Amino acid sequence: MKTQLSKEDLLKAYRKMREIREFEDRVHVEFAKGTLPGFVHLYSGEEAVAVGVCEHLNDKDRIASTHRGHGHCIAKGVELEGMMAEIYGKKTGTCGGKGGSMHIADLDKGMMGANGIVGAGPPLIAGASLASKLRKDGSVGVVFFGDGASNQGTNFESMNLAVTLDLPMIFVLENNGYAESTSPKYSAKVGSENIADRARGFGMPAVTVDGNDFFAVYEAAGEAIERARKGGGPTFIECKTMRYFGHFEGDAQTYRPKNEVKDARANDCPLKRFADAVTSAGLVDAAEIEAVDKEVLAQVEQAVKDAENAPQPDLDALMNDVYVSY
Amino acid sequence: MARKKIMFKDAINEAMRLEMERDESVIILGLDVAGSAGTEQERDSWGGVLGVTKGLYPLFPDRVIDTPISESAYVGAAVGASACGMRAVGELMFSDFMGVCFDQLYNQAAKFRYMFGGKAVTPVTIRTMIGAGFSAAAQHSQSPYSMFAHVPGLKSIIPSNPYDAKGLLAASIEDDDPCVFFEHKALYTMKGDVPEEHYTIPLGEANVVQEGKDVTIVALARMVQFAEKAAKKLAKDGIECTIIDPRTISPMDWNTIYSSVEKTGRLVVVDESYDLCGVASDICGHVSQNVFGALKAAPQMVTAPFTPTPFAANLEAAYLPDAKKIEAAIRKTME
Repeated sequence: MKTQLSKEDLLKAYRKMREIREFEDRVHVEFAKGTLPGFVHLYSGEEAVAVGVCEHLNDKDRIASTHRGHGHCIAKGVELEGMMAEIYGKKTGTCGGKGGSMHIADLDKGMMGANGIVGAGPPLIAGASLASKLRKDGSVGVVFFGDGASNQGTNFESMNLAVTLDLPMIFVLENNGYAESTSPKYSAKVGSENIADRARGFGMPAVTVDGNDFFAVYEAAGEAIERARKGGGPTFIECKTMRYFGHFEGDAQTYRPKNEVKDARANDCPLKRFADAVTSAGLVDAAEIEAVDKEVLAQVEQAVKDAENAPQPDLDALMNDVYVSY
Repeated sequence: MARKKIMFKDAINEAMRLEMERDESVIILGLDVAGSAGTEQERDSWGGVLGVTKGLYPLFPDRVIDTPISESAYVGAAVGASACGMRAVGELMFSDFMGVCFDQLYNQAAKFRYMFGGKAVTPVTIRTMIGAGFSAAAQHSQSPYSMFAHVPGLKSIIPSNPYDAKGLLAASIEDDDPCVFFEHKALYTMKGDVPEEHYTIPLGEANVVQEGKDVTIVALARMVQFAEKAAKKLAKDGIECTIIDPRTISPMDWNTIYSSVEKTGRLVVVDESYDLCGVASDICGHVSQNVFGALKAAPQMVTAPFTPTPFAANLEAAYLPDAKKIEAAIRKTME
């Protein structure tokens, strides 16, 4: 395999993907115990998309995420300890326990929030990208959204706006095959298998890549982000991927073929594919991959313990931060 | 006709089934109202996110229509189809998502009849979930019905029990005006006596849940249960409460509220939404204007504080009105 990435970069990218997988698999287990409040939507299986894109970004670049947002947060550099505490609704959470799984945001990291509204992200990142363009600081905006959100008017309008205003914006479509339980074969008939074909009609470059191949995502995102930083306007990247869990935790997933996830975990897991590629190319040792796995496991274990033991928010927090001043 | 108690969500399902049997123009539109469209699996996998429409697709495969996640398009299509001879029921999952498609209701459906000189009929019903209590945070817990009640041309319906849910939904679907039907998610598993046969409850007719001489409590949706709890406690101290469930907030059954306040002289309004420009302040305002002379104490509101819904369980518990807060408000009117 060919890659420009150093060994250090490769291990960093792998660690991010492992952090996401370990975090999500652990949240799955904890949620099943009934210890976690609210609704959670897990990102396991889609790690190569978030990490393949965000490895090109710095804290000045903005991303907007979805209800399935934990992976984007971790990939963008949000500390998983605070995220876990947030999901537990604790004072030490990234948002002080007031947002929860669907609203984790860390503006200092350029993470503009997971989002409870499908299709809310594209206009927000059009705005973030407009700010980048006006400030001329070379930063870009990236919106992650699903095949379901690809049918929202907000997305179509934002594609047009991004082209009209020549914004430094990247649309990253995570096509995991299900909008809740509905297939894009029904809800996004575009005359081909690729939803990216629509974006081309708006007048921007659009590609479809294997979203479980970190390197394919990384390369496509790199090209798009470089073009945007240089003033070359928006790009649309469709990443074909798969979610390993239900739409939300508790979803019986009767709409899925029986072995779909099992087969994907065995044959198309983005982490395994990454590890196999870099070890067989002699770029990273298998032992180094295993060491990362162990460290991340311990990190997530500790994050869960800390979150469990953390205090609840003070009751004063209920009334705080509705306004700056009122 | 007696039969075993059924759940609130099943009462809603039954109302839709009966309406679809009675009238071929009734259709259901929404995300995953059947489910698994476009997959190789059997349809009817979901029946809506909480299974409320489950079982309807096999009975009416042409009239239970899965849509893309395009709220403006499918809520608008429900409005448009209803203006063209259908009687569409759109399911919007969470009322919080109304922001995505609000124009189709508040500028379009609500105004057709008036703007078009009385020539349009738009018998659309939009079903949608409200309510906090599940740590679902700020974008999945709201009760924004006052925004709809504020719009002339729309009717806003808010059932509090399975019997009312079935009768009010049937009435909404049969009504020739656009109706927004708000279902509190904490009530879905509430069981109650519900006749098997078709029936309707008139829109704009309050339910007097119980009568007492001292205080009038007006409560909506889940708050009715909390009001009953508070009233039970106060009864031990000799304070007798009337509880009125308006069931619809537009139209509002003012006469029932006024005549109760004329008897008790005291008013407490309980609403899970906010006091500012909300149902509670509106009821207090109308009562103050119209039966001021009957009041023995200032009307009291028990509402959520003026904040988005917090995620953390302890904050959400502090946010929600409950029996204790209602009891305190009632005692204040008795001072």
